[in-house]
Amino acid sequence: MVDSQLVQLLTPEGERVHDSDYDTQLSSGDVFGMYRDMVIIRRLCNEATSLQRQGQLALWAPLQGQEAAQIGAGRALDPMDFSFPSYREHGVAWCRGIPPINWLRLFRAVDLGGWDPYQYRHSVPTIVIGNQALNAVGYAMGIQRDGGKEATIVFFGDGATSQGDVNEAFVWASSFDAPVVFFVQNNQWAISEPTIKQTKIPLYLRAQGFGFPGIRVDGNDVLAVYEVTRRALANAREGGGPTLIEAFTYRMGAHTTSDDPTRYRVDAEVEAWKHRDPVERVKAFLVRGHKVTNKKLDAVSEEAEAMALQLRADLLAMPDPDPLSIFDHAYAAPHPYIEEGRRDMIELGVGGAK
Amino acid sequence: MAKALNDGLRKAMEDNPKVLLMGEDIGKLGGVFRVTDGLQKDFGEDRVIDAPLAESAIVGTAVGLAIRGFRPVCEIQFDGFVYPAFDQIVSQVAKLHNRSNGVYTMGLVIRIPFAGGIGAIEHHSESPEGYFSHTAGLRVVSPSNANDAYWMIQQAIAHDDPIIFCEPKCRYWEKADVDTTRAPRGLFEAALKREGSDVTLIAYGPSVKTALRAAEAAQKEGLSLEVIDARSISPMDFPVMAASVEKTGRFVVLHEALASASVSSEVVARLTEECFYSLRAPGVRVTGYHTPYPPSRVEEEFLPNVDRILDAVDRVMGYDE
Repeated sequence: MVDSQLVQLLTPEGERVHDSDYDTQLSSGDVFGMYRDMVIIRRLCNEATSLQRQGQLALWAPLQGQEAAQIGAGRALDPMDFSFPSYREHGVAWCRGIPPINWLRLFRAVDLGGWDPYQYRHSVPTIVIGNQALNAVGYAMGIQRDGGKEATIVFFGDGATSQGDVNEAFVWASSFDAPVVFFVQNNQWAISEPTIKQTKIPLYLRAQGFGFPGIRVDGNDVLAVYEVTRRALANAREGGGPTLIEAFTYRMGAHTTSDDPTRYRVDAEVEAWKHRDPVERVKAFLVRGHKVTNKKLDAVSEEAEAMALQLRADLLAMPDPDPLSIFDHAYAAPHPYIEEGRRDMIELGVGGAK
Repeated sequence: MAKALNDGLRKAMEDNPKVLLMGEDIGKLGGVFRVTDGLQKDFGEDRVIDAPLAESAIVGTAVGLAIRGFRPVCEIQFDGFVYPAFDQIVSQVAKLHNRSNGVYTMGLVIRIPFAGGIGAIEHHSESPEGYFSHTAGLRVVSPSNANDAYWMIQQAIAHDDPIIFCEPKCRYWEKADVDTTRAPRGLFEAALKREGSDVTLIAYGPSVKTALRAAEAAQKEGLSLEVIDARSISPMDFPVMAASVEKTGRFVVLHEALASASVSSEVVARLTEECFYSLRAPGVRVTGYHTPYPPSRVEEEFLPNVDRILDAVDRVMGYDE
């Protein structure tokens, strides 16, 4: 399952592995911070799943199993770098400072986005698979044209690598040497289709054919993901062009709350990946390698628990939008059809007009 | 008209350093219709971008450039090649301003040389404006003459909403004076091209000139036709059209796209509703037939031509008999 080209700094048992190309300067405090991130987003994600089961969210896309991939990549970003997510990047959103309640707005179906993308340097979610890869390359071309020194990163899954847009994005990024990092979380499943349906070769090898480097990293190893991503972003900022990072990971849960993974994958596979759990791995490393006490670990769990309760309370208090607000941003400038619709709704006594 | 567009693009690029052009063969070649002729030489390869051959990417990267604060103007080489970009146009260009609650400005323009009448081979003569008119978040305009082309391209680039800019390729080579001192009217305003009292002809883009020729011919038969150039296809300037139809009581709508679920369907429905008590005949349409665009040796019979328009005029006049 894992090939020798995989960059790994922590074994599944939490043993530190040294890699001369990807040495890390992270302090034990930094690693503990990433552990905290991972515990919190796992807990918040589980809370969101519960909220969906209780009818409070229309849908939820769980990230369980992909915490290291998302926190490693998210923590590697400089504040001014710009990130383009799909719809599962709650961990990256956390790293960008977006309040968790905002992640849920889309899934409660009260909003189509959820946050100000410029404030957090994190674009709004893209649900159409792969579209955001081209948008990210365009953004990176903009950086080249206005003298910016930032990098762009775009997140998508193994399924998206079959999309034309992602392949076109590879061509364009390569042709223009765009400062963009393609971060594919290969979680082994595109809903019910295994990665073998999408590719006959390891995904990271695709980059070679487009003329830029591709790297496969252990996506359940937060140290390795952080170091690989940090270097790729730095390379992009320095004019080195794009990199494809394949974070080899596993979606422990369902694709979304509408999915039933027991119909297409076997328990043994899920059990095998549980031994590679990204949170347990870094926890073992902290306990064994850095003598982090149970007291400190428990404090993180308690913090996560309190945040989950707060998230639940905030969500239950979230109002529905005013129906008239659907007309607010369909266009930037006044539009006669929009005005007609607004008048129609007001005459019917809907929403804020009551 | 091609030169007027070229001048308009040049002016827009001079006025705003954030304006970029991107498309296939638009640099050294100047575009297959030479609309961007000389612009790369004067503004450089970073602002006049020869694109790899991928339409979805032309539009998809323009979205990212717009997010970064640029004003991209995309050229789609021919109408029939816009469909690979359809997903980006409908899913991202049209929706991102709304999805970001008004934070992102999708101030980009997608230029499409469209419609037929030039003796081309397949996929080079299509009229896809209806698809885009059916999409909330987009605006669709089409100039019919050189002066409008010069001004409308600048107005479209300056506008904060995404605009599908349909250029009637059969009119590219037509010469006319351009008044560079003053824009004739707003981008979304229709223009009364010829006054008349019996029937209103409503057209846009390539069909406006055909409508004017039909009006000339009708005059010889003693019929007075009013001609309106819609200019904006979405939104449409219905007040101007309704005022005309209130006067004439009859109208005929023209376009090269086929009739089913089309721009003309919308015009007929709207004017029927708004002018019901003034109508002396139902609105009639002269459009392309419900076939794929034909081999161009027979396109003259497919397109709204003067004979077909006069026949439609006779039909609406016939309701008085």
